[in-house]
Amino acid sequence: MANQAEAVSTAAESEQVKRPRSHELNALVGLVGIAIIFELLGWWLQGQSFLFNTQRLGIMILQVSVIGIIAIGVTQVIITGGIDLSSGSVVGATAMIAMSFAQVSTYPRAVYPELTDLPLIVPVLIGLGCGLIAGLVNGLLIAYTKIPPFIATLGMMVTARGIAKWYTRGQPISFPTDGFAAIGQGMTPVIIFLLIALIFHVALKYTVYGKHTYAIGSNEQAARMSGINVERHLVLVYAIAGMLAALAGIVVAARGLTAQAGMGTMYELHAIAMAVIGGVSLTGGRGSIVGTLIGAVIFGVITSGFTFLRLSAYYQEMIMGAIIVTAVVADVYRQRMRPSSR
Amino acid sequence: MADTDRKVVLRTEGLTKHYGGVRALEDADFELCEGEHVAIVGDNGAGKSTFVRQITGVEKPTAGRILFEGEEMHFQSPVDAREVGIEAVFQNLALADDLDVPSNIFLGREEVYFNLGPFSFLNERKMFQRSREALEKTGVKIPNLHNTIANMSGGQRQCVAISRAASFASKLILMDEPTAALGVQETTQVENIIRGLKRRGIPLILVSHNLRQVFNLVDKIWVFRRGRIAGMLEAGKTDGNEVVSLITGVKTGVHENASYI
Repeated sequence: MANQAEAVSTAAESEQVKRPRSHELNALVGLVGIAIIFELLGWWLQGQSFLFNTQRLGIMILQVSVIGIIAIGVTQVIITGGIDLSSGSVVGATAMIAMSFAQVSTYPRAVYPELTDLPLIVPVLIGLGCGLIAGLVNGLLIAYTKIPPFIATLGMMVTARGIAKWYTRGQPISFPTDGFAAIGQGMTPVIIFLLIALIFHVALKYTVYGKHTYAIGSNEQAARMSGINVERHLVLVYAIAGMLAALAGIVVAARGLTAQAGMGTMYELHAIAMAVIGGVSLTGGRGSIVGTLIGAVIFGVITSGFTFLRLSAYYQEMIMGAIIVTAVVADVYRQRMRPSSR
Repeated sequence: MADTDRKVVLRTEGLTKHYGGVRALEDADFELCEGEHVAIVGDNGAGKSTFVRQITGVEKPTAGRILFEGEEMHFQSPVDAREVGIEAVFQNLALADDLDVPSNIFLGREEVYFNLGPFSFLNERKMFQRSREALEKTGVKIPNLHNTIANMSGGQRQCVAISRAASFASKLILMDEPTAALGVQETTQVENIIRGLKRRGIPLILVSHNLRQVFNLVDKIWVFRRGRIAGMLEAGKTDGNEVVSLITGVKTGVHENASYI
């Protein structure tokens, strides 16, 4: 029996890598399948192509970019075995705060009349700073008080939304400078999204940061015994997620030329959905930025596909819910297929 | 003793650990010489694992001294113990399942191109190369190092954990029940690795319930009972009955089929 086992393993070796199908590949197969379904439905119901329309694809990718930026941060949090429910509210709060420092002097009712026409860097840094603070609070609570990430970030979700509403007593903030508005115009959000995705793809795959992120999600105790400063690393991961949510808030405010306290509602769940559809495991340790990118595109295809077919938004949410659950079930099933569990 | 001329690697003096009112370890005087392999045996709750936790820096002793290579040690964490060259193989909390073999072997001490803090770029090629050397040196055969630990058998995992300890520590390795969860064949594999460590002169402390294994592998047997060291026996000059009577505290009349044998 030993010889048999050895023979099998040598065979595997000669075939180079014989690994189970990757999560990214599964997600990609899902994406192609969903796109084909919409393409066929498009010809059948609308008499035109769904995919071969650059304008539609452009809008689609633009729509997923803002939530996609959040999903990049959420992916890293989920890989550590955590969750971030606060990102949508952080979007709202940072949109408000950043916008208040980006108003033009010609607008008479600016939030800070003495602080208008500021250079672009000021609102951007203030916005990112707010996200950093929110992320740090999340991270410190989770790492040092050991409360579950779900609870800590739920608290931040409610608090940040409160701050967004309190900031101007519910009034929207408008009239940004041209420089600030430019962040949200044209395909700039897409470029920001792809750039962020590339940076964190490299960070997760090729740096110590990434290795430790996966290690903590995989077996926190082993990571600690190996000398990884788990607490410090978690704070870093949540801080990055907070800053990416803030970046999304800046982009969404710039794109709409206005900031409202309700901005970003449900974004946290959509971002988590993108990650999960892209194969990021909610139990931690597995997933990738490439997967989340595919998940984001799947999300976009479904959203714009339903609009294209002129189907009600209600169906869209129902189908989206079913797809998210399917993705999680697939992950649980994959985990059960492992040779042994810990 | 015959070994008086050999250098003492590890010595504990009056090592004591209390958990609240529970006296888990009491006044343990222990000694380990260069190149020596010793076993720690004892009933459940005898203080074996508590002892290991003090030596590896997982816990801080209530009282007593730990001397490593003649110097007194005050470990604040397992990292401190590892830095002086004490590596431990634990039964459960050893490996990150979703990472491959080199990542696990180098976890927490990754090879990087140049240091940029957490964002240092990993030198995967070097880690792969050195992992393969480490596995070869310990006599472990793993077909594909890029496979994640989750896709490996229990024996392969334990082998990776041991190679990991052996590839960094050349001063002292502690193993807490390394074969408790393994099958017969896998146990043999791990035992062969331990024999390889003996040939390389790496000192070892083995915690085991399996007396047959203990007699096969080590030079000396330290028996723990109720938080105290009940005695030390030289494997070549004793037998199972004597060890069992020390473990149980019963001098005579131990049945041959006692669960320890």
